[in-house]
Amino acid sequence: MSRTPLDTVEHAAETPDVELPWAELGLKKDEYERVVEILGRRPTGAELAMYSVMWSEHCSYKSSKVHLRQFGEKAPESDAMLVGIGENAGVVDVGQGYAVTFKVESHNHPSYVEPYQGAATGVGGIVRDIIAMGARPVAVVDPLRFGAADHPDTKRVLPGVVAGIGGYGNCLGLPNIGGEVVFDACYQGNPLVNAGAIGVMRHEDIHLAKASGPGNKVILYGARTGGDGIGGASILASETFDDAKPSKRPAVQVGDPFQEKLLIECTLEAFREKLVVGIQDLGAAGLSCATSELASNGSGGMRVTLDDVPLRDSTLSPEEILMSESQERMCAVVEPEKVDRFLEICEKWDVIATVIGEVTDGDRLEIYWHGGKIVDVDPRTVAHDGPVYERPYARPDWQDALQADDAGKLPRPATSEELKDQVLKLVGSPNQASKQWITQQYDHFVQGNTVLAQPEDSGMIRVDEETGLGVAIATDGNGRYAKLDPYTGAQLALAEAYRNVATTGATPLAVSDCLNFGSPEDPAVMWQFAEAVRGLADGCLQLGTPVTGGNVSLYNQTGEAAIHPTPVVAVLGVIDDVARRTPVAFREEGQLIYLLGDTREEFGGSAWSQVVHDHLGGLPPAVDLERERLLGEILISASRDGMIDSAHDLSDGGLVQAVVESALLGGKGARLVVPDGLDAFTFLFSESAGRAVVAVPRSEELRFTDMCGVRGLPATRIGVVDGDTVELQGEFALTLEELRETHEATIPALLA
Amino acid sequence: MTARIGVVTFPGSLDDRDSRRAIRLAGAEPVALWHKDKDLQQVDAVVLCGGFSYGDYLRAGAIARFSPVMDTVIEQAKAGLPVLGICNGFQILTEAHLLPGGMLGNDHLHFICRDQKLRVENADTAWTGDYTAGQEISIPLKNMDGRYVADRRTLDELEAEGRVAFRYVTDGEAADGYGNPNGSLNDIAGITNAAGNVVGLMPHPEHAVEPLIGTGRTDGLPFFTSILKKLVSA
Repeated sequence: MSRTPLDTVEHAAETPDVELPWAELGLKKDEYERVVEILGRRPTGAELAMYSVMWSEHCSYKSSKVHLRQFGEKAPESDAMLVGIGENAGVVDVGQGYAVTFKVESHNHPSYVEPYQGAATGVGGIVRDIIAMGARPVAVVDPLRFGAADHPDTKRVLPGVVAGIGGYGNCLGLPNIGGEVVFDACYQGNPLVNAGAIGVMRHEDIHLAKASGPGNKVILYGARTGGDGIGGASILASETFDDAKPSKRPAVQVGDPFQEKLLIECTLEAFREKLVVGIQDLGAAGLSCATSELASNGSGGMRVTLDDVPLRDSTLSPEEILMSESQERMCAVVEPEKVDRFLEICEKWDVIATVIGEVTDGDRLEIYWHGGKIVDVDPRTVAHDGPVYERPYARPDWQDALQADDAGKLPRPATSEELKDQVLKLVGSPNQASKQWITQQYDHFVQGNTVLAQPEDSGMIRVDEETGLGVAIATDGNGRYAKLDPYTGAQLALAEAYRNVATTGATPLAVSDCLNFGSPEDPAVMWQFAEAVRGLADGCLQLGTPVTGGNVSLYNQTGEAAIHPTPVVAVLGVIDDVARRTPVAFREEGQLIYLLGDTREEFGGSAWSQVVHDHLGGLPPAVDLERERLLGEILISASRDGMIDSAHDLSDGGLVQAVVESALLGGKGARLVVPDGLDAFTFLFSESAGRAVVAVPRSEELRFTDMCGVRGLPATRIGVVDGDTVELQGEFALTLEELRETHEATIPALLA
Repeated sequence: MTARIGVVTFPGSLDDRDSRRAIRLAGAEPVALWHKDKDLQQVDAVVLCGGFSYGDYLRAGAIARFSPVMDTVIEQAKAGLPVLGICNGFQILTEAHLLPGGMLGNDHLHFICRDQKLRVENADTAWTGDYTAGQEISIPLKNMDGRYVADRRTLDELEAEGRVAFRYVTDGEAADGYGNPNGSLNDIAGITNAAGNVVGLMPHPEHAVEPLIGTGRTDGLPFFTSILKKLVSA
């Protein structure tokens, strides 16, 4: 079906006065004028569609770009980095000829509108990023944040999101090995659904998104293009929800994991036969993004015939085809003599594949429809030369009052009985309770390489069956800390993920992040963002772990109320032999429990202050990244040399939370003694960073404490693995049965 | 000499590589079979593995049952070829009428993934010789449609003929993997045909073959050593 007259380039040049709906497509007036200036004429409808979607906040990072540059400028020297920021995902060398690619992305807004499909397609999108680098996906992780656990809407959003992640990931055959689930009223109406994935390949298999070699064919393969998600990138991801506007439900895409599974197998088979010159997945902004990015990263131009795109809905206009975000599609650049073989492989997997264009020796991206040229642009202006905003930012005037509201002044438990009650209240609170009801809806076992999965400190996957080489990943973020101090909060997220990787025995190598914030048009939010990025970039430089890529999600707010600033940090680590991994569970009675690191009176933003006093104020725990590095080295050495049998990082909930988890997972109790210089309350609930608890076999005690002593890490013996209670001498004893009931009943009671 | 055991890959199969690994670890030779290919390459036994064949958008296993490879599997299974169906493979075997009954959605309506306690009820099939009857084992379970159902007469027949091969063990703590995880009738986790060559079960023995991986148990390995012994001694 065609419309008359077709808005071709020629037609646009002849009709300069035609008004186009640039505002409805999300462009600002000055942005539209810039498009006209670049083209030297008004854009065609198709060109406007491309610019509007590619210059949206979601695709162009126009508000965040000036800050994100620090990740490059402050990047530490690292031999491990093979591909850095800017590609579909970063790639890291993990040794023995293997490379690992990993990334975390957000799918927040769609998941609020339509929880199941929003979350499912979030998994699909991140997995295609991993395939596009040439890697076989080997695991996914899902850091999630929801409104208050007892809010009625959480019962709508959370089960849908969890079922969507499971429904998609389980059907793809990817083990889900980690992530987080956090509840806080600040995420009401703005849940954070972040999705991470890891892929493994040999060094020589790394692929990049570029179209080079004039004459090479551009092949679109995977699902047919339909009307789903049209304008999703520019509308859904870049505006806040507002009751006055019409429903945006149709803008959320619908996923088909079976199609994606075929896409994985078929793409990997094409890689194996070296048939692919360049590759790009179709995610946000669909064909607009894939064609302009492939062309602008290559050496030449590109010519595309849009009529050749297989459609699910034959009434789609060319603008809609360019903007469609139909899932499970990819675009490959293939040499002409290899096209037949590529199409054969697609046919083997029942995947539709169509040559839709070719690489040209010019420098223009030209797109044709019904014989008319409807796009003629320099692809760089679409993909890379979007607007860049220096948004004003200012420390909010309420920040001082918030920090002055010291959590250390909150009433503390006065009796042993109160102390015990607060321990139970903590381990049974929604944030600290067992998330088993959620994680058991995810397949952890598929692929047969899962060494550790949640609730372990990091997920761990075996990469090589012969040598035992493995990789570990942990994701962490604490919006409460970041609200109190975004710079420190971002570093605490980094420190915790780093520590979680080291706790399992793996050496941290690299970082990916997902930065979830409110509206960049609010100077206070922009300040939080700027501070968090500065903190993370400084922290990564100090720890020697470069940021390999990531994602920014802005406009997570309803009306004036923004979410807590929530930088989520993923740290990837490597372990030479997964047989040496350290799990969380206590394994043997009689082993000695040591607390590593310094414990101070730090309660700002703590789980205790939230659960017992519903309080958020003061300063977050202090960060000492040199200490984190030392603690990491000790944990890794102790794991390698068999000096510890279990280890657990200390973070939200403090020591008591960690010990209860180790005890419940191992089915073995603990007898604890408050060490000299600490009171029972601080010992149990402080959230000082840079700490871990470890269980040391008696035969290794001397060797272990010597190592800590020589290297200057405080190691305090605080008890012994024993019996079927968690007991604090002179204060209280709680049976494992009572703890288990409290810890495991909360989430099913709220959500099942 | 060793045995050659085929593993069929349908579009949407997920545990094909895992099943081949388990066969290799047991000492047999794994052979990859393709759904469009009627030729079983003269394998001595076949594993139909877990996954979502053809997306399972219709009814789990309903389309896979009509694939070219299944024509040969059905024909040869009836002639005595040992066939093991795991999860989706079990669903395919019921759709193909090589085993009676069928699978419905879990009674709690959620996907469930956990370490599951089973009791071996029949240690005389081609795939269970290395277990002893009454033995309790723990292997991973992971499915959406795992609720075994059959009409009363079929259930009575299965029970009377000792064809319930595996049962969920219910007398213990859920935290330790006990309990009926999906509402299966008679707590049935797996069954065998009358000849004992065709066995299907919902839990995944191929995910419990290495001490380091998954749950850290190797309770699933005897499936693969059982068939190897049977084939080599035959």
